[in-house]
Amino acid sequence: MLKISNLHKSYPIGDSSLHVLKGIDLSVESGEMVAIMGSSGSGKSTLLNIIGMLDEADSGDYVLDEVPIKDLTEKKAAIYRNKFLGFIFQSFNLINYKDALENVALPLYYQGLKRKERQEKGKFHLEKVGLLEWAHHLPSELSGGQKQRVAIARALASNPKLLLADEPTGALDTQTSHEIMEFIQQLNDEGKTILMVTHEEDIASMCKRIVRLKDGIIIEDAFVNQVRASEYV
Amino acid sequence: MFDLDLWREIFQSINMNRTRSLLSGFTVAFAILLFTILFGLGNGLLNTFAEGFVDDANNSIGIWSGETTKAYKGLQSGRRIQFTNEEYDFLKEEYGDKIEFITSRVLKNANVSFRGEKNSYPFRAIHPDNFHIEQNKIKEGRYINQNDIINKTKIAVIGRLVEEDLFLKTKALGKYININGLQYKVVGIFTDNGGDNEERMVYIPLSTAQQVYGNNDYIDFMYLTYNPEMDSDEALAFGNSIRKKLMNKFTVDPTDQRAIRIDNMAEGTKAVSAIKFAIAFLVLIIGFGTLIAGIVGVSNIMIFIVKERTKEIGIRKALGAQPKSIVSIILIESILITILAGFAGLIIGMGVLEYAAPSLEKYFIKDPSVSLSTVIGATITLIAAGAIAGYLPAKKASRIKPIIALRDE
Repeated sequence: MLKISNLHKSYPIGDSSLHVLKGIDLSVESGEMVAIMGSSGSGKSTLLNIIGMLDEADSGDYVLDEVPIKDLTEKKAAIYRNKFLGFIFQSFNLINYKDALENVALPLYYQGLKRKERQEKGKFHLEKVGLLEWAHHLPSELSGGQKQRVAIARALASNPKLLLADEPTGALDTQTSHEIMEFIQQLNDEGKTILMVTHEEDIASMCKRIVRLKDGIIIEDAFVNQVRASEYV
Repeated sequence: MFDLDLWREIFQSINMNRTRSLLSGFTVAFAILLFTILFGLGNGLLNTFAEGFVDDANNSIGIWSGETTKAYKGLQSGRRIQFTNEEYDFLKEEYGDKIEFITSRVLKNANVSFRGEKNSYPFRAIHPDNFHIEQNKIKEGRYINQNDIINKTKIAVIGRLVEEDLFLKTKALGKYININGLQYKVVGIFTDNGGDNEERMVYIPLSTAQQVYGNNDYIDFMYLTYNPEMDSDEALAFGNSIRKKLMNKFTVDPTDQRAIRIDNMAEGTKAVSAIKFAIAFLVLIIGFGTLIAGIVGVSNIMIFIVKERTKEIGIRKALGAQPKSIVSIILIESILITILAGFAGLIIGMGVLEYAAPSLEKYFIKDPSVSLSTVIGATITLIAAGAIAGYLPAKKASRIKPIIALRDE
């Protein structure tokens, strides 16, 4: 599903440059649920951004669903992001003047679907996260957990092959975190491939595989016994 | 292509940020308001100019004769040039369609009396075409016509003020007045916008005057209007050609300034059009200056908007928005704000002109207004202005990297 080899990335800082990723090799199969862990500055977010085509690697290969991701034009990157990827962010990143349904339907707009179809699909996914009756509320009228669920519904709307989550529970309390994780686990049970960046051990332990990064290289990559979030709820 | 969803997005964005949209529109509205008012005032000034030349038709040429000042081909200087009906016929024959109207004139001073009232007026013996050239208006009765010329009738058409002077409160029409000892029947009373002097004037048929005063076919002055389709340069050339032909006819030295003189309104028209051009140019410069200030204003605010919406644009890009979709959102929003604000300015400006028009007349500004073509021109300018104003910010927005935008907390 996803294959990365010898990936390098550095950022210019003044005259020198900061080498963030120093040769990453990673492959993820369909249906996996992977946590990428590491302290801040370990390069875990950079790795996720490159996988998410929000950023470009300096060198190395990246193949997603048998499509080599290289030298993308802005337009191509936009199409791939829309087609392959669903994003879940720590700060939710909902558009604040659009209601829940409009936020969920936005990726479908960029897919070129008709309004009616967007509304239907948007409602379907809102129902999936249990927020159908909140469809016409603005993000400011929702709690943190609700916002993240709207964001998850939005990530699911375009039916992506890969869900990318950047600290999805980072802004939530423990109780809500577990609810969100339970939901993400359900998605994984249904077959979605999930890649998640986190620095919390208990959240990572709810994944099936943990990849640990330190100073831009993978120091550990192991399958673990998944802890079900439902045990805590 | 009309994309309803795109418009929905744009209206949502404008609506969600009403204050911001209003503020950015304000500079454009103000620029267009100033432009409209300036343009209207400029037009008003031009109208005043146009009115300053309303006495006679503004395409007229007067032809005078005098004495030669140079000996030429054996003829002495100091010779008097006398026009006769022959010259009148010659001009009509020679120039045909180029002449719109033409009249000859015999000019005299007349002692005019009616019963006890008596006064001295200039009188002009004329052809019927004089009516159009002088831009007379008939108040009562009729003007001199071709029959009067053929029959040499003893009739007179008098100015409004002559009637007032001599007839006091009574009617002049149909009465007989005494001009230099002869009785003439008043067949018409005319008015003239050229001022009191033009209305203290008596007209009689040319042929009558020629018979009564000297029994000759002398003419003191010829007055014509050229075909209005000529531009001022053509008209000047036309006047010169008349003068040259007449000088040749009378065997006058071509460099003689005095023998035959031409008074061509085209010279004045040319000066007026130069002034008109200057005013229009000035209005345009100032107008464009304010418009550019407006464009810069909108552009600045759009750049600010892009900055403010950086994160949103990042989110949209992460969700699969292509650069062209981002460009259209920003560009169309900019154009829309510019057009709406611009028209608001235009309408307010027209309202101000309409409201202020009556009190401006004492400042030489008459009927200040803007035409439909100006409005259409303004619309096109506004669309262009909005596009210019939105271009840079839109370009900037489309280049935003989603990763940087999303990091921007």
